[in-house]
Amino acid sequence: MTIYIIRRLLMGIPTVLGVLFILFSLFFWIAKPEHIAVKALGEKARAEQIEQWIQDHGYNLPKFYNDSCSGWQRITETRLCQFYRSMLSFNFGRSDLDDISIVEKIHDGMGPSLALMVPVFIASLVAAISISLFVALFRGTYIDRFALILCVVGMSIVYFVYIIGGQYYLGKVLRWYPISGWSSQHMIHFLTLPFIVGTIAGLGESVRFYRTIMVNEIGSDYIRTARAKGLGDAAILFRHLLKNAMIPILTRLVMAIPFLFTGSLLLESFFGIPGLGRLTVEAILNNDFRTISAMVYISSLLYIAANLLTDISYTLVDPRIRLQ
Amino acid sequence: MLLAFKNINHITERNVAIGILVLTVTALVHIFRHPFWGVRLRGFFRRPLAIMALIIALLFFATAWMDAIAWKDAMAAGAEGVSLDARESRSLLDRTFACFAGVPEYEYRERSYSAPLADHEFVDTDIQLTYRHLMGTSQTGHDTLFKILKGCKPAVVIGTLPLIVAIPLALLFGITAGFFGGRTDDLVVYLYTTLASIPGLLLMIALITVLGQGLLQISVGLGVTGWIGLCRLVRGETLKLRELEYVQAATCLGVPPGRIIMRHILPNLMHIVVITAILAFTGLVLTESVLSYIGIGLEHSWGAMIDHARGELAREPVIWWNLVFASSALFVLVLCVNVVGDAVRDVLDPRVTVHD
Repeated sequence: MTIYIIRRLLMGIPTVLGVLFILFSLFFWIAKPEHIAVKALGEKARAEQIEQWIQDHGYNLPKFYNDSCSGWQRITETRLCQFYRSMLSFNFGRSDLDDISIVEKIHDGMGPSLALMVPVFIASLVAAISISLFVALFRGTYIDRFALILCVVGMSIVYFVYIIGGQYYLGKVLRWYPISGWSSQHMIHFLTLPFIVGTIAGLGESVRFYRTIMVNEIGSDYIRTARAKGLGDAAILFRHLLKNAMIPILTRLVMAIPFLFTGSLLLESFFGIPGLGRLTVEAILNNDFRTISAMVYISSLLYIAANLLTDISYTLVDPRIRLQ
Repeated sequence: MLLAFKNINHITERNVAIGILVLTVTALVHIFRHPFWGVRLRGFFRRPLAIMALIIALLFFATAWMDAIAWKDAMAAGAEGVSLDARESRSLLDRTFACFAGVPEYEYRERSYSAPLADHEFVDTDIQLTYRHLMGTSQTGHDTLFKILKGCKPAVVIGTLPLIVAIPLALLFGITAGFFGGRTDDLVVYLYTTLASIPGLLLMIALITVLGQGLLQISVGLGVTGWIGLCRLVRGETLKLRELEYVQAATCLGVPPGRIIMRHILPNLMHIVVITAILAFTGLVLTESVLSYIGIGLEHSWGAMIDHARGELAREPVIWWNLVFASSALFVLVLCVNVVGDAVRDVLDPRVTVHD
């Protein structure tokens, strides 16, 4: 098991290096440093200012190979190498935009993101699994068909409409919750509406997903045996069915964990929550490549970790699976 | 290189649209004559809900197609005293709309907002409107119904063009990885795990910000991120197919790998491709609206309309029609394609046998 984990971690290294190379080529190879400088300093910046800015931020170095140095420095004194060094040591430097340290920004944004996404994650999980168990119990009847249609309808609505609809109806017409805003003292006050919207918006898709699994399982032999033994519905559903349906459920759950940290791009920027999702959207809108690449790097690290975690969790729910 | 394609002129667009129509009709005729596909797809027509959804979806596609057929009026272009709008190329959709409205579509507008079917302007209630608008008008006075109809083309194009990038990529990489195995497989798996570990939306946004805005750029961005899922499925299926008896028999008989792939592997993958493509269409259309919000979407799309209309709900009195009609158009198209996709999946799934 330990050997397996170590091997998987080692296998993650080339992936991380590949991700970093993609990021580098996207942002620093194709995009010209002059453009970044102009974006940061404004259109009216003088030529010398731009020159100075490029020097200060290390954008003047050659990309892959430095001819003016000797020995190893030919490779280390390049932008590619510096990019790798700063990313791998988590020393992201300062934002190109407002000169605030990116690590600090991420540190500040993580709290609000987690405060929003963890409740949404738990609530939508509980809701989706209970609804899908209920629907699976009535499979083939009108309840099932009606629920399926509702799911497809829910999946076909754009995310915005949930957000705008929630803000309009619950915020403006009923005046139950503030439309958007943030204050760390009254967190629950501001987080309730995005929580409701975020939970409902993902429900259609996940109920359908879980229903397919449940219906597949409910037709199997062990359920018939359990019924023949005279077990009640509750015991069958929760003790037998849920246990066997655990693998696809776990895959889906663990893969959602990275998004708990990186936050939701749309929810946060619509509701004015100063989390990591909004940080990313702002970085995108302002072409702040350093911040975007830091965010992408962190989320891909989390993704790789989640992938490993999924495989490990399989052994916990299904003793037949052995990792090698 | 991509920037050179930024402005596709109306003549190219028209030729492409006619070409697509001819290709689709030919393909459909062939598919329905095919022993497997014909029987399977006829099962589709026994589902009333799916047929209804298909008809509505086809209406959207037809509107988009009509919008792609554009030409300039030879008379208007040369004549004196003709407005600039009349000299532009006008599509079949514009002309049909003008027929129903009774005036050319560029004159069928007001000064500013007006509610659906109102006869007075919305903000200045003293001002009488020239026309009645079924779905009201936007802030600049453009007819909302017309804007919705014009939004069909971007929606349909953004739903299909990335697939033209993604499907060949996925098939090429998936089949070679699955069929040849070994080092090739390792390389392809590495490639797609690396791409998959970057969050899709962020990679897409990054690609589009770097490539620049425009239809082709967005399609490339969506296509590059979209092939991964399909590639995974194709690779897995090819691994399974490679071990089947008829493929082994072909290998023993000395059939070259290229022909095995074309004759034995590819046809058996097509149902996966068709199902994924139909369901990916809806995902792409929805993603475009998110891109519109970030400001890198397509012009005149429904996503852009929703984005513009966001602030209108905060006004007093509420201006609801732009938002409601744009999102309903998006909703209806996506819903119909979802229903069609589900029906096609049920029909094509090889685990279900059809007796015909």
